[in-house]
Amino acid sequence: MDRAAIIGVGMTKIEANKVRETFADMAWEAVNKALADAGMNIGDIDNVITTSNDFWDGRTISCMAVGDASGVKYKNVSCVEGDGTFGAFYGLSRTLSGSYGTTLVTAHSKGSESVSSLITNASFDPIYDRAFGMDMVSSAAMQANAYLHRTKTTAEQMALVSVKNHGNALLNPYAQLPMKLTVDDVLQSEMIADPLHKLDCSPVSDGCCAIIIANEERATRYAGNPVWIKGVSFCSDSFFLGDRDLSRAPSLSEAAKKAYQMAGISNPAMEISLAEVYDAFTHQELMWIEALGLAGDGEAAKELEKGSYTIKGSLPVNPSGGLLSGHPVIAAGLIRIAEAVKQIRGNAGDYQVDGVRLALAQGVNGLCGQSHCVWILGKDK
Amino acid sequence: MSDIFQNVEPMVHESRISVPYHWWAGDTASRFFIDLRDSQKIMGTRCSKCSKTYVPPRKTCPTCFTPNDEWREVASQGTLISYTVVRRHQASLPKKPPIIYGLIQLEGADTAVLHIIDELKPEDVKIGMKVQAKFSSQRKGTMFDIEYFRPVH
Ligand SMILES: [Zn+2]
Repeated sequence: MDRAAIIGVGMTKIEANKVRETFADMAWEAVNKALADAGMNIGDIDNVITTSNDFWDGRTISCMAVGDASGVKYKNVSCVEGDGTFGAFYGLSRTLSGSYGTTLVTAHSKGSESVSSLITNASFDPIYDRAFGMDMVSSAAMQANAYLHRTKTTAEQMALVSVKNHGNALLNPYAQLPMKLTVDDVLQSEMIADPLHKLDCSPVSDGCCAIIIANEERATRYAGNPVWIKGVSFCSDSFFLGDRDLSRAPSLSEAAKKAYQMAGISNPAMEISLAEVYDAFTHQELMWIEALGLAGDGEAAKELEKGSYTIKGSLPVNPSGGLLSGHPVIAAGLIRIAEAVKQIRGNAGDYQVDGVRLALAQGVNGLCGQSHCVWILGKDK
Repeated sequence: MSDIFQNVEPMVHESRISVPYHWWAGDTASRFFIDLRDSQKIMGTRCSKCSKTYVPPRKTCPTCFTPNDEWREVASQGTLISYTVVRRHQASLPKKPPIIYGLIQLEGADTAVLHIIDELKPEDVKIGMKVQAKFSSQRKGTMFDIEYFRPVH
């Protein structure tokens, strides 16, 4: 692969209800922060990818509505529906095509403005499945039961993910839910859908993230501090839940394998300094760690108990607090990339991990992690 | 920078996306629903290349990317692959919680079908248990022609 780098990142604070801000307001803030971070102005941006979802935004062709605030006028702008990591993948492809030296990628949503269960219920097949009334939470709960049953992971171990990530969020001024919790707090929180308690689930959130990708030539032209894209891949599983083994994530393993190969990584658990993974639910952090090859199958909970995934651990996972501490759908994966960039540059503030060289960021699209996008970012070209 | 909107009351506009829509079920699902409605039979499609039977039926095989070439009836009972008990009310739910949802692999099928599990207490539901379809007395050609699945005693 020709070389490319992320040369600017910007994000809004993640909040439960940004009542004062429209989608465009959020995009304006994130884009201007990313430009300032990169030492660029909007004229230095060659093309733009916006990432959104029409149902979440309550309008059709939602991606075009944030264009003005993203500086797209008279530029080539294209759109991705799905998680921001997939928008960034498209942005990277456009950069590597040779047609554009720099690409601005944005991703936004406001969960506060609609009804999550109705919107995620609408992602089920309308002929066979939708009328049952399941949504993202109940399908994830079904996945959690399958995973717990197969691996003998426990509800207490799941709860420990929530304790860790909400605790990390205490150090992140952009997080929505910084909380000092105990395992009992999680287990005693309301049961939403067995085995998921309220504190096993990520919250409804508003937020936007923007990143700027540049080719090798343009990456060092500006004042910013480039972080190099070492490997990236995505892979999808079958659509119907009943066609998959919900207790496993083979499409994530496949995406990770290809991303590691591209990055020249042979032992990911040893070589990767930290991972920002898509912990929409506590069990998913453990599942994704295993499918990424960062722990053996069914072993992530034991490593978690040993403290391996804390900020000071051998392999910090979600030092930012993760999605459990703030989950603006669509933006969430792009935020994982931005967090990895901050860690590699050494400007993650109070949740900075020591000695970061390679960081992994993961995004998810579809129910129960149907599709996964894996990014490996590094300090060195 | 001074905030010129500092004392502006944030206004909220209420609306809804409410667009009537009807989905053509396709010939594969149509046949499945007709058999369910008229004969209380659960039919799957089979890929002879993969030796896999898909329930609910698909026209093409997602595994090998060829058309499924055979219809096959499967049993109305099977194994619970996974489940959840929804406790908190959500706008998408068809009735009051608790509702038990299950993925059921019917005997003769290689995939699992999504449905509601009933006639047992939420605390008694277990992965691996045998469940059986209870057909609705008023069948209209939808997934609710099976009212729910219940434990096999
Ligand atoms: Zn086949």
